[in-house]
Amino acid sequence: MTPEEIRQAIIEILEDIAPDEDLSNLNDAVSFREQMELDSMDFLDIVMELRKRYRVQVPEEDYVQLASMDSTVTYLVPKMGQVPA
Amino acid sequence: MISRVNQQDLPDEMRVVITGIGMTAPIGNSLAEVREGLLSGRSGVRPYEIRYFGKTLAGVCEFEVNRHQSKKDARRGTRAGSVGIYCANEAILDSGIDFANFDKSTVGVYVGVTEHGNVETENEVYQIKGYDYDTSFWSHHHNPRTVANNPAGEVALNLGITGPHYTIGAACAAGNAGMIQGLQMLRLGECDLAIAGGVSESIHTFGIFAGFASQGALASHSDPAKASRPFDKARNGIVVAEGGCLYTLERLSDAKRRQAKIYGEIVGYAINTDATDFVLPNAERQAQCMQLALKRANLSPEQIDIVSTHATGTTNGDSLECDAVRRVFGQSEKTFINNAKSFIGHSMGAAGAIELAGNLPAFSDRVVHATINVDDLDPECDIPGLVRNQPREVNRVDYILNNSFGMLGINSALIVKRF
Repeated sequence: MTPEEIRQAIIEILEDIAPDEDLSNLNDAVSFREQMELDSMDFLDIVMELRKRYRVQVPEEDYVQLASMDSTVTYLVPKMGQVPA
Repeated sequence: MISRVNQQDLPDEMRVVITGIGMTAPIGNSLAEVREGLLSGRSGVRPYEIRYFGKTLAGVCEFEVNRHQSKKDARRGTRAGSVGIYCANEAILDSGIDFANFDKSTVGVYVGVTEHGNVETENEVYQIKGYDYDTSFWSHHHNPRTVANNPAGEVALNLGITGPHYTIGAACAAGNAGMIQGLQMLRLGECDLAIAGGVSESIHTFGIFAGFASQGALASHSDPAKASRPFDKARNGIVVAEGGCLYTLERLSDAKRRQAKIYGEIVGYAINTDATDFVLPNAERQAQCMQLALKRANLSPEQIDIVSTHATGTTNGDSLECDAVRRVFGQSEKTFINNAKSFIGHSMGAAGAIELAGNLPAFSDRVVHATINVDDLDPECDIPGLVRNQPREVNRVDYILNNSFGMLGINSALIVKRF
């Protein structure tokens, strides 16, 4: 998957776990929490969906990497680069 | 010990009245819609399919989930929670209470459930099957979804209620049990407003269908509308339904102060236990339950205008309940008997609360809704006053007694007086 495809995969996960949010104006450089109502259970949903959909494991010590879209994509490129789009 | 106080001599601070009703049932999402369905003979039973079990029949609700709940919370929570949130919000709106300015720490939420957690557990087991039972795919939402207080807790979370909340597990007597709990907490001063009744999401678990089928107690019929047929000779079991009905209960003193609309006053109630069998009812104990409710209300059987029966549509259950009703009301010429399960199926933990609500408009419209699908009355169910197939106009309705019974021999009866 390319970085752009990884970004789209995250958008699709966010649309599912935060269906009331408008993601069209998401600022990739700013943390999700500053732009959306996401709590710790929601972040666990992101981790779970990455595991279910792409078999990507995100260990607990790396959760901090999922703060913003930019940091998430950067973190996931080595893990998802080999995943077919 | 059992109170011997004549409840109608109680001060207004100890009298409890119904001031709001929110409900969803397979024949409607408000009391007006449900009442119209009951009077017009409309069935809410339809073909239904669920994983593993396959094709069957069920009563299905179609309320607007997101009217009072965000999409995110509906996804995170349970169907029972969504049913409860809809009913609680609708009840509060119906009550006319200024909820925005109401002290939320004085509100109690008491939700009756037949069971809770089966739906969510079945879903998770089904999901991890797709991952070769690797439990790392088991949802972190499982525990908050399956804790027994979930449906009441979701209501409290949704409405910002900080008073007590919990569910009352009482099998299919739970709707009545929730209301009784609310009444008791109001009398104890534990809350100033009780949101009480029952909910059920049971149609989303295959286990309840499979369990009743294995027990020989699941209804089937080529015409879904004819499948739920209590008291008919050809009845062959239960139609499982979902639903919910929550009431706002208040002390009469508070209701008068705010000039609330009052649907009725709860003047008697009883819960007792068969202690004889896991599933087979006990007519003697059911009769004792109704008699205890009458005694507490200081009423004779002849003063009850409507008995809303539990009437699940099983061969044994209906016969035994009719035996019990005959023991108590057999000599009463003015008592009419009906039930709502013939229209909507068995909404489990919600049943008692829904069925009582469906009868409350009779206080003002003076019509007793029928029990439908009685094409060939079982002689064992031929009880005096049975309102068969067509509603019946009467001169007045002052008292309604609502029966709700459940597995493990739990019986409940609730008496509501016209106000």
